[in-house]
Amino acid sequence: MLRYTVRMSRLKGKDMNRKKGRLLAIPYIIWIAGFTIIPLIFILVKAVTDVNGSLTSANLFAIFDPLHRKALLMSLSVAFFSTLICILIAYPASIILRTSRITNKSIILFILILPMWMNFVLRIFAVQLLISNNGVLNYILTAVNLPPLKIINTPWAILLGMVYDYLPYMMLPVLNSVLSIPEDVIEAAQDLGSNRFRVLTHIIFPLSLGGIGSGIIMVFVPSMTEFVIANILGGGKIQLLGNIIEQEFTVTMDWNLGSGLSVSLMAFVLITSMIFGRNNEDTAAGISL
Amino acid sequence: MEKELIRFENISKSFDSTDVLKDLTLSIHENEFVTLLGPSGCGKTTTLRILGGFEMPDSGRVFFDGMDITSLPPNKRQLNTVFQKYALFTHMNVAENIAFGLKIKGQDKSMIREKIAYSLKLVGLEGYEKRSPSSLSGGQQQRIAIARAIVNEPKVLLLDEPLGALDLKLRQDMQYELIRLKEELGITFVYVTHDQEEALTMSDTVVVMNQGRIQQIGSPEDIYNEPQNAFVADFIGESNLLDGIMVRDCLVNIGGLDFPCVDTGFGTDNPVDVVIRPEDVELSSSGEGQTKGRVISIVFKGVHWEMHVESDIGITFLVKTTDHFPVGSTVGISVDPYNIQIMHKPVSEDAQVYGQDESSEGEGYEP
Ligand SMILES: Nc1ncnc2c1ncn2[C@@H]1O[C@H](COP(=O)(O)OP(=O)(O)OP(=O)(O)O)[C@@H](O)[C@H]1O
Ligand SMILES: [Mg+2]
Repeated sequence: MLRYTVRMSRLKGKDMNRKKGRLLAIPYIIWIAGFTIIPLIFILVKAVTDVNGSLTSANLFAIFDPLHRKALLMSLSVAFFSTLICILIAYPASIILRTSRITNKSIILFILILPMWMNFVLRIFAVQLLISNNGVLNYILTAVNLPPLKIINTPWAILLGMVYDYLPYMMLPVLNSVLSIPEDVIEAAQDLGSNRFRVLTHIIFPLSLGGIGSGIIMVFVPSMTEFVIANILGGGKIQLLGNIIEQEFTVTMDWNLGSGLSVSLMAFVLITSMIFGRNNEDTAAGISL
Repeated sequence: MEKELIRFENISKSFDSTDVLKDLTLSIHENEFVTLLGPSGCGKTTTLRILGGFEMPDSGRVFFDGMDITSLPPNKRQLNTVFQKYALFTHMNVAENIAFGLKIKGQDKSMIREKIAYSLKLVGLEGYEKRSPSSLSGGQQQRIAIARAIVNEPKVLLLDEPLGALDLKLRQDMQYELIRLKEELGITFVYVTHDQEEALTMSDTVVVMNQGRIQQIGSPEDIYNEPQNAFVADFIGESNLLDGIMVRDCLVNIGGLDFPCVDTGFGTDNPVDVVIRPEDVELSSSGEGQTKGRVISIVFKGVHWEMHVESDIGITFLVKTTDHFPVGSTVGISVDPYNIQIMHKPVSEDAQVYGQDESSEGEGYEP
C-alpha cells in the first residue's frame, strides 16, 4: 500500500515536470515557427506556383536557364575556391600553432576572432578601399614603380573578400580539432616508428577531418548564397546566384522565380552539408569554440 | 647476471629552472623487470621519457646496447612504450592500431594478420580485431595498448603506470598477466609506478626515487628488509622509524635502552636512524621482554591486528600481530636483533642519496 502511494506520487511529480517542460518550450516553438518554418513554407509555396497561383515546376527548373546556370557556376566556383583557399591557409597555420612553443594559444584565438566583432559589410568596404583602382594597394605599388593591379570588380576581388570574411569560420574549427589531439597519441605514433610526415598524414590529418568538415560547411554554405560581397567588390558586374535572387525579390519583384531559385540553391547547400557533415561529431565542438 | 642493455649515465634534467633529475646513473640488464618507484613528482615519468626519446636530458648520456642514443628520435629506438592513458588511435579499429608499427616496418599483409591474432591472444582479447577502441572498457583498452607495443617485438617495453586507471581486482589480474607476458616474450620491462605493493610484487629490481635522485636499487626483498635510509624505510611499507645512537658494533640505544642488533660499521656513539617493521615487534601478555608497554589502540585489519603500544622508553610502537591484546593491557615488548635495521642519518637532504655504503650486505649493484 505504502509502496503504491510512493509510486503514485513519483509519477505525479514526473507528470508535473513534463508539463512545466512543455510550458518552457513554448517561446522557442513560437520562434522556430515564426522565423523558420512559416517563411520556409511560404517560399516553398511560391516556388511551385506562378503569379496566378497555379502549380508549376518552371521556377524550380529556372536554374538551368543559361543566365542562371552561369550565375550558379560562378557562385559554385567562387564558393569552392574561397573554401579551398581558407583550408590552405587555416590548416598549415593550425599545425604550426600546435607545434610552436607558444603556450598561450588563447591569445592567438582571440586575435583570430577579433575581426568577427566588426560588421562584415564594414570589413568588405575596408577591402574595397584597399584594392580599388585608386586604393591603398595601388598607391603603394606605384610608389615603388610597380604596375597597379586592376582586381576590383573582378571575380578575384570577390574571392579575396570572401576569404577575408570567412577565414575565421574555417580557422576556428580546424584549429580546435588540431589542438585537441592529445600529445600522447602523437608520441605513441612516433614510438611505433612514425616520422614527422607520417604522424601528419596518419594521425593528425585523419583526427582533424571533423574540424575541416565543419569549416567547409561554415565557409562554403554562406559563400554559396553570398550577394553583398559581390555587390560591393564586384561593382554589380559579376552576377552570383545570390545577386540574381536578390534582384528577383527587390527589383523585378518576381517572388515566384526568386523562391524557385532559392529552393534550388538550398538543395545544393543541403547536399554539400550532408557530404561534409557526415559522421562529424566535431561540428558542435568546432562551432562552440 | 645478464648483459647490460641500458645505461643512464649522470643524467640531469630541469624544467623551467627546477631540477627534476639530478645526476641519475642506472643500468638495466637484459630480461630484467625494473621498476621505478617513488612519490608523485619525483621524476619517474621524466626518466622513462628520456629513455623513450621524448625528452632530452640537459646533461648526461643514455646508452642502449652499448650505443649512445641520447639524441636519437623516438621512432629510431628499439623500444616501445605503453602510455599511462593508453593513447590508442581512435580513428582506427583494434587491428589497425596493433598493425600500426608493423606497417611502418613494411611487413607483408599475411604476416601482419598473423601477428595481430597472436598478440590479441596473448592479451586475452581474441576476436576483437574489428572493434573500435572507444567501445572497449578501460582494462581492455589497456591490453590493446600492450598488444600494440609488444607486437613489434621490442627489446625493451616501457610502461608508465599502466594499471593506474584500473580497479583493484583488475589491477591484480593484470599484474600477473604482465609477469606472464614478460616471461613468455623474454623482453626487458622498465615499469613506472608509485604503488609500492605493485613494485614489490612484480619486479626483479626496484629503483626507489625521491626528488630526482635514486635512493636505493635492489631486489624487492632488499628494499623491504634492508632499507638504506629513512626515506626508503618510510616509503616502503609501514615502519617504526626511530632515532637511535649506535653505542658500538651490534648494539644500539633507543630511548635510553640498549638493543642488540647485527649491524656494524657505524662507529661508536653516533646518531643513527633505526627501522623496526610493525610485524617484527614481538608482544607477550606476560609482560616479559626488553621493555614493557600499554596497548592504547587496536584495529582489526583482516589477517592481522594493528595496534599502538606506548612503551616505557617513551616510544609508541606500531605493531601488527595475529594475537589480540585488549586496550589498556600491559604487554612485554621485544625485537629480534636481526629485525633491527640501522641506517645513517642524512647529513642534509641532498645527501639522502643512494650510495654503496658499508651497511649493505654484499649484494652490490654496481653499474
Ligand atoms: N614538460 C614539463 N614542463 C615543466 N615541468 C615538468 C614537465 N614534465 C615534468 N615536469 C615536472 O617535473 C617533475 C617530475 O615530473 P614526473 O612526471 O617525472 O613525475 P612522476 O614521478 O612521474 O610523478 P607521478 O607519479 O605524479 O606521475 C614534476 O615536478 C613536474 O611538475
Ligand atoms: Mg608520472
